[in-house]
Amino acid sequence: MSGVTLKSRRTGAGRAPVGLLLPAAAGLAFLVLPLLGLVIRAPWGSLPRRLTAPGVLTALRLSLETATLATVACVALGVPLAWLLARVEFPGRRVVRALVTVPLVLPPVVGGVALLLVFGRRGLLGAWLDSTFGITLPFTTTAVVVAESFVAMPFLVIAVEGALRGADTRYEEAAATLGAGRWTTFRRVTLPLVAPGVAAGAVLCWARALGEFGATITFAGNYPGSTQTMPLAVYLSLEQGELDAAIVLSLILLTVSVTILASLRDRWIATP
Amino acid sequence: MRAPVTRRALTAAAAAALLALSACGGSSGSGTAASPSAGTGRAGVTGNLTVFAAASLTESFTRIGKDFEAANPGTKVTFNFAGSSALATQINQGAPADVFASASPTNMKTVTDAGNGDGTPTTFVKNQLVIAVPKGNPKHVAGLADLTRAGVKVAECAARVPCGAAATRALAAAGVKLTPVTLEQDVKSALSKVKLGEVDAALVYRTDARASASDVDGIEFPESAGAVNSYPIVVLKNSANQTAARAFAAYVLSAKGMSVLTAAGFQAP
Repeated sequence: MSGVTLKSRRTGAGRAPVGLLLPAAAGLAFLVLPLLGLVIRAPWGSLPRRLTAPGVLTALRLSLETATLATVACVALGVPLAWLLARVEFPGRRVVRALVTVPLVLPPVVGGVALLLVFGRRGLLGAWLDSTFGITLPFTTTAVVVAESFVAMPFLVIAVEGALRGADTRYEEAAATLGAGRWTTFRRVTLPLVAPGVAAGAVLCWARALGEFGATITFAGNYPGSTQTMPLAVYLSLEQGELDAAIVLSLILLTVSVTILASLRDRWIATP
Repeated sequence: MRAPVTRRALTAAAAAALLALSACGGSSGSGTAASPSAGTGRAGVTGNLTVFAAASLTESFTRIGKDFEAANPGTKVTFNFAGSSALATQINQGAPADVFASASPTNMKTVTDAGNGDGTPTTFVKNQLVIAVPKGNPKHVAGLADLTRAGVKVAECAARVPCGAAATRALAAAGVKLTPVTLEQDVKSALSKVKLGEVDAALVYRTDARASASDVDGIEFPESAGAVNSYPIVVLKNSANQTAARAFAAYVLSAKGMSVLTAAGFQAP
């Protein structure tokens, strides 16, 4: 008996209180049931035909490409930003950190309107881009990448900043005492140290970009092949009464997300 | 080695609890959904009314709604304006609506075919397309053919939305092959792309261009005559307030309702 007590104290096991178990089970059901509904309600009979329907693969490829490009952009800009927030003391750092996380809490459609006002043809920067270079962003695939990067970058910055704060700075200090400059230290010591954090952030960032809807439809519009990503295709199919098509598109997106998450999880994302 | 067994037992208990919970959730949910309908079964026009109407009816129905409320004290009309195809889908999925006003018979048929209409829909107005361009018509658009010029960006409604279906018909009649930059989910979002200056033109209804006359010009074109949309209205079978729903539909069709609609640019059927 004393053995059991000892064990339960160590693992925190024993009888789980009903007050926690019931809401936990309800929470699990709440998360899983809708996905189950998608699978149960899927038109399995016509699935092969629907999967090869012309618009489906176009939307899927566009989604994968834009989400990947957005992730690359987020890593290129977000890792330095995270480093700045974690390693450099500067006035207003807390304000900058708050600003970085704004797109996390901002409704994406508001982000889309904001992007239009800055990068639109009459926007603050967009008007200049148009008159100087003849570049207009809205309704282009680039606009999709911009919208996805805007909403997904905070995920990467937060993950990398967390990793940087958790990393042992003594390695960096040792490198510095051995004569390495800050750039060399970052490249040779810091970056390898936080690589798992960067990878985890990139996965989160990619998943968020893949699911982006509100900012995309607002800023990039909707046209098959250039701006109609999978979430837009799902929404428009549903809007137009093509429920089965919407379910199939949702299933594909679900499968892609789960596959990526499952294959990367064990490798890069630390789980207890 | 006893811990796993305990855990499995717990899992089973959790699953049972979960089933019980979800069952409770289901019954209580439907209970609350049914209760308001019980309270509104009185005679006389009163209570809350939810009207699902095509986006192009936004201005005129908002006006008619206010007039209707004033004429029938105790009523409160709430609108859901969107693309008719989206509204039809929502109604068929069980959205709580009392009246549906569609911008085309096709989307109305989706609802009546599913058995959700109460009685036969009545056509109350007709509407046709114009080309909406920014005020002053900077790109000198004079007809459909101008929309295919290089450097002219056009917003169109998606094909299943009535304004998109009408645009497809008009373009086919004109023999013009147009590649828009975006397919919008309702006519108002197509129009807003013009207002924002993101596109140079959009195919919208005459009424939409007129409602935004301070920002856009509406360019008439002959082929729109072959792509006129009829707007049907129907009371919905699942309406919780049939009396008020019928009164509202009648009000739209009355002289007062029609005067608001024709002033907005709609044509009598």
